[in-house]
Amino acid sequence: MSVPVSIRWAARVAKAARAATSAMLSRGWLASVMVGSMLAFPVFAADYVALPGGSFNSVLPADGEAAAAQIAPFRLRTAPVTNAEFLAFVQSHPQWRRDKVASILADARYLTHWADPGTLGDEALPEQPVTRVSWFAAQAYCESEQARLPSWYEWEFAAAADATRRDARDDPAWRESILGWYSRPSNAPLPDVGGASNIYGVRDLNGLVWEWVDDFNALMVASDSRDQNDPDILKFCGAGALSLQEKDNYAVLMRIAMLSALKAADTTNNLGFRCAKSE
Amino acid sequence: MKRLYLYITAATWLMLAACSSKPAAPEQPAATPSTSTSVASERGDFGPPQGEPIHAVLTSPPHVPPPIHRDYPAKVIVELEVVEKEMPISEGVSYTFWTFGGTVPGSFIRVRQGDTVEFHLKNAPDSKMPHNIDLHGVTGPGGGAASSFTAPGHESQFTFKALNQGIYVYHCATAPVGMHIANGMYGLILVEPPEGLSPVDHEYYVMQGDFYTTGKYRQKGLQPFDMEKAIDENPTYVLFNGKEGALTGDNALAAKTDETVRLFVGNGGPNLVSSFHLIGEIFDKVQPEGGTHPQENVQTTLIPAGGAAIVEFRTDVPGSYVLVDHSIFRAFNKGALGILKVDGPEDKSIYSGKEVDSVYLGDRAEPNLQAVSTAAKAHAAGTLTEEEQIAAGKQLFTGTCSVCHQDNGEGLPNVFPPLAKSDYLAADPKRAMTIVTHGLTGKITVNGHEYDSVMPPMAQLTDDEVANILTYVLNSWGNPGGRITKEEVAKARAEAGPATAAEH
Repeated sequence: MSVPVSIRWAARVAKAARAATSAMLSRGWLASVMVGSMLAFPVFAADYVALPGGSFNSVLPADGEAAAAQIAPFRLRTAPVTNAEFLAFVQSHPQWRRDKVASILADARYLTHWADPGTLGDEALPEQPVTRVSWFAAQAYCESEQARLPSWYEWEFAAAADATRRDARDDPAWRESILGWYSRPSNAPLPDVGGASNIYGVRDLNGLVWEWVDDFNALMVASDSRDQNDPDILKFCGAGALSLQEKDNYAVLMRIAMLSALKAADTTNNLGFRCAKSE
Repeated sequence: MKRLYLYITAATWLMLAACSSKPAAPEQPAATPSTSTSVASERGDFGPPQGEPIHAVLTSPPHVPPPIHRDYPAKVIVELEVVEKEMPISEGVSYTFWTFGGTVPGSFIRVRQGDTVEFHLKNAPDSKMPHNIDLHGVTGPGGGAASSFTAPGHESQFTFKALNQGIYVYHCATAPVGMHIANGMYGLILVEPPEGLSPVDHEYYVMQGDFYTTGKYRQKGLQPFDMEKAIDENPTYVLFNGKEGALTGDNALAAKTDETVRLFVGNGGPNLVSSFHLIGEIFDKVQPEGGTHPQENVQTTLIPAGGAAIVEFRTDVPGSYVLVDHSIFRAFNKGALGILKVDGPEDKSIYSGKEVDSVYLGDRAEPNLQAVSTAAKAHAAGTLTEEEQIAAGKQLFTGTCSVCHQDNGEGLPNVFPPLAKSDYLAADPKRAMTIVTHGLTGKITVNGHEYDSVMPPMAQLTDDEVANILTYVLNSWGNPGGRITKEEVAKARAEAGPATAAEH
């Protein structure tokens, strides 16, 4: 993401990447895996809850200016995927083991905190959220749950809630708690999943890990964040150019900055994911 | 430097023309790389890099890499790692800094004008945030920012030619830019002129920055970043080299008499402009904002946020010289203090006195506290007299209390209440103990005048220091007399509980 890209172009890239993955998925192993997973069934029954969606004022306006995003009703996993869940996945889908994964689908850090390709070990406890996973791997996992990664709008919509309100974003305390997580160095082990539920029953959206979203590379925060007034942007990116509607909402902005720094094969120590389903 | 200045003048107009066309037209490379220094200062492109690539020496503040002494343009490889880490910002106070190279300010980079710099920015795997770097010494959009956007656990590389000589700030430009800078993400890169800088005895690296914590100044513990204070441009700390005490005590800068000292002084901001001043010294030469033309005989030089200056002076008289931001409340209430300690023989023909900057030394430095240690010994031996307490209190009062309440105890009308003949003090002398240890905020009436201001808790003072100061105050300027003991202070401090906490 060294240069700003339009949302349309980026969406095309995301689609192409997805097509590549599903092509790989469909070839050969898929049938056997389905049989295998039926035999091993059920390892974990992930919880999904329904969210209503609707009109939502994202920090990234839908038209690049001010329009609210329209979000269809969807279901979201209540917690991020854990190490134990991801271990079960790589056992049933061995092409996603770290010693077997194609290098274009995951970088060299992929699952390196696990003791070995099929064992978690001391640095990856079963109930901790899985991290050091690429977007491709996250996508494949969600497909194994008959789900997909949430879109940024879906994720942001869910994360705007707190325990009692659907939209807590005007509350400085909500923002402070997110910024508080950013300001803690990540030199301590990650907590287990299972933080407090928000009003929908979704946990750990803020304050545990970064999470992949399906359209992460459509989030056009220019990599030099100060050139938002560059007249050339409109020329290059047209109506798809995004601006940040609430510039003082640093907390959300920083998550977008993080996601826009990534490529689909990248992994980091603090980046996990959860899955979503369309209603 | 006068000679250089003359022939620079001749070429100035040419240079201006060339600069104004930048970056559209790349300049013609000089015909041959040469050791000639005549016009080299004006033109930055001496052709392609020569010889083996060189790995740049990076140094932590306050140190500066050695001069380059190279007469050809080279390829210089700079490897800089971004590290997010918790470090002390003041005594007992820590902060999560985001750093270039593990220090605030970041590692000092030194290259030669015309060098081709291959820049590697690494973001540590433990980082939470993506980062990038904008070097003000880079000619190109974003100063490298767009080319160096780097996720945690990744590395970016870009290359630039150092066309312009000077001292330049670099900083992180990832959103939110202000927060990345406020967390310490800045440093300096020196692009030496081809002929090098004039030799000096010492070069030091000093950089000011403003910091915003949710807790008050010196409130103990890990303090989070405060976005509201940052937007309001209301810093909790203003510091040299990222930590209160980074340049005082054992960390003071050092020189001997009759030496030349060059300071590379930057200001990372994010918000404040620095009025940089060295108490007791006159800068013989300043290159303001890192420019080529020096100003001479300067008392205080302005250093913009995102700017830097090269400051040079000669040491003539031994003693402690205090670096301050002369927006002076920042120095004594927010930490912008450093010390340059000059050792050597006295030269009475230049300066005869002995009392150097006593009022400025504040509570961080070490004035002559002979009477204080006498009192401490006497207390230990159980022989402490009221006279010893008064003598010790007088020395402690100077430097801690006199800045506001004045040496004569009369305060400043309508701002700082008087201690001299104070009816407020006389009404309840014991109350003064918790005022010193816990501060006092809000309206009070003293000798018929109303005051409404803030005295911060002097939590850094020990029980016997408070006892000595108050005994001195009670026995001075027509006050009623009396004596406060260390034990009374300890009791009062404990009964009042911990010093008041967060604003948020």
